[in-house]
Amino acid sequence: MIEVNELTKRYGKTTAVNGLTFTVRPGHVTGFLGPNGAGKSTTLRILLGLTEPTSGTATIDGHLFRDHPRGLRRAGALLDAHDVHGGRSAGAYLSALARSNGIPRRRVDEVLEEVGLASAARRRIGGFSLGMKQRLGIATALLGDPPVLLFDEPVNGLDPEGVRWVRGLFRRLAAEGRTVFVSSHLMSEMQNTAEHLIVIGRGELIADESVAEFAARGTRQSVAVRTPDPTALAAVVEAEGASVQPDASGAEGLLTVIGLSAARIGELASHHRIVLLELATRTSSLEEAFMELTADSVEYLAGESR
Amino acid sequence: MTSTTAQQTAVSTAVRATEPGARFRDLLAAEWIKLWSLRSISWAFGASALAVLAINISAAVADYNNWPTYNEGIRALFVPIWAMRDAFTIGACMVLILATGSIGALTIVGEYSSGQIRTTFAAVPARRSVVAARMAVVTAVMLVYGTVVAGTSFGVTQAILSGRGIGLSLGYPGALRAVAASTLLAPVCALVGMGLGALIRHTATTLVTFTGILLLLPFLLNDRHRWSSAVLHALPRSAWERLVQTGDPFGSAPYPATISGSWIVYAAWPLAAAVVAVVAVRRQDL
Repeated sequence: MIEVNELTKRYGKTTAVNGLTFTVRPGHVTGFLGPNGAGKSTTLRILLGLTEPTSGTATIDGHLFRDHPRGLRRAGALLDAHDVHGGRSAGAYLSALARSNGIPRRRVDEVLEEVGLASAARRRIGGFSLGMKQRLGIATALLGDPPVLLFDEPVNGLDPEGVRWVRGLFRRLAAEGRTVFVSSHLMSEMQNTAEHLIVIGRGELIADESVAEFAARGTRQSVAVRTPDPTALAAVVEAEGASVQPDASGAEGLLTVIGLSAARIGELASHHRIVLLELATRTSSLEEAFMELTADSVEYLAGESR
Repeated sequence: MTSTTAQQTAVSTAVRATEPGARFRDLLAAEWIKLWSLRSISWAFGASALAVLAINISAAVADYNNWPTYNEGIRALFVPIWAMRDAFTIGACMVLILATGSIGALTIVGEYSSGQIRTTFAAVPARRSVVAARMAVVTAVMLVYGTVVAGTSFGVTQAILSGRGIGLSLGYPGALRAVAASTLLAPVCALVGMGLGALIRHTATTLVTFTGILLLLPFLLNDRHRWSSAVLHALPRSAWERLVQTGDPFGSAPYPATISGSWIVYAAWPLAAAVVAVVAVRRQDL
């Protein structure tokens, strides 16, 4: 269980996290979403006692993390796969960490096996690819068999097989009754893994709800219609109170109708003898819901893309 | 604010009561693994030891070869002054300071520059214990390293000189003190490097600062003025020079360094460095 209460962190005049309050419960994967610079990493670092909050508290299983003498047994974390000294072998790196927490040496071989790095145990970490470093970071998180797991952007650099493996791993860890908190700036990542979402933007809480609830908040359902007579169709559906826009793709005769079901549009067209060439319901993806929700809180926006 | 603090203290006490503390022995073992799993550390120890020995031995060999050409004045002063200087040349001393200080500094700043420090402190949130364990391990290793380098240096150089009947034995007045001072120079400099590393947290700046204070500063000061000699004698390199010095070659300087003062300098620097390191890491945002 992770509890964040009125958490605020300021760096000089910059406010990284502002009055953040949320709870992450065990038993399912919780996604931690927000655009770049939203304050996700700062929040995770405060949770792990690496950064001191300006005000508020962040606790793991009811305690400040820095009061846990053996951190790895309480919470496993992958913050940044690059947070390792490249000069050591993967085996030596994990052995030292295990020893510092009184974890038996054989656990090192177990986690290396688990993440698929058993054959690379003697290789220097400096020569690892980003994907291998992510796997090593996940091995580090698993080392102490902790009840709480934090992962910051864990799928960066993983190949498709690795991404699938990591999703399965997170679900399994959650099914074992652990608290699994996974940050990402990509909604699509969460779509297939998380059951619950914490969404933040500019350091403030935007949403704290189930994935299903979150998706429902998104853009309203729309219907794409293609017809040889768009003018007539537009007049008919607008008379029923729907709004009509030419399709964003600009294709000839393609309309986007918002406010009427596909079935009703079909009935109206039939009644007015308008030919339909295409009729399809479009549900907005989580990605779109996320983009819409965080549009106002994006910190670093590429020129003119708004 | 007060209520938050009270609440946190209550929480801390509760956790500490229910969970055994990170055993210091485990932290020592972890730091031991970390130190020796970096190949660069072993290389630095080996290469610097060879360099120190090579410099000192070549000085002894030169005196051995040139002995027949030395005039009476030099011969009269050779034992013990020049014989001791062959065992511990100033050049070798500077190599030793640079090597041990850099190794010490890198055990700390190497973690900051790579980001490893976050992984380390997330695994063991008791930061001061981690730093204390690392300092203990480095100190122990440096003591062994210093003993081997200083002992070998003294033994080999004096064995060479004894071929001319001008070598010193360990029983010669001041010889044991010189060997001890040269041995201890390794852990003293390593700890100073670690303290600066924890304070500065940046590799290049740490090494430049260390070199500036321990190697360059002695050249910018002299012992002819009161304030200047006071600063000079408070530096580890000057303390070492005083402690390995036997006899008085050029008569007393106006403000001479004392042996007891030099031992105090030897103790004060690593102690201050340890305190600085432990305090510095305590509340750093990482």
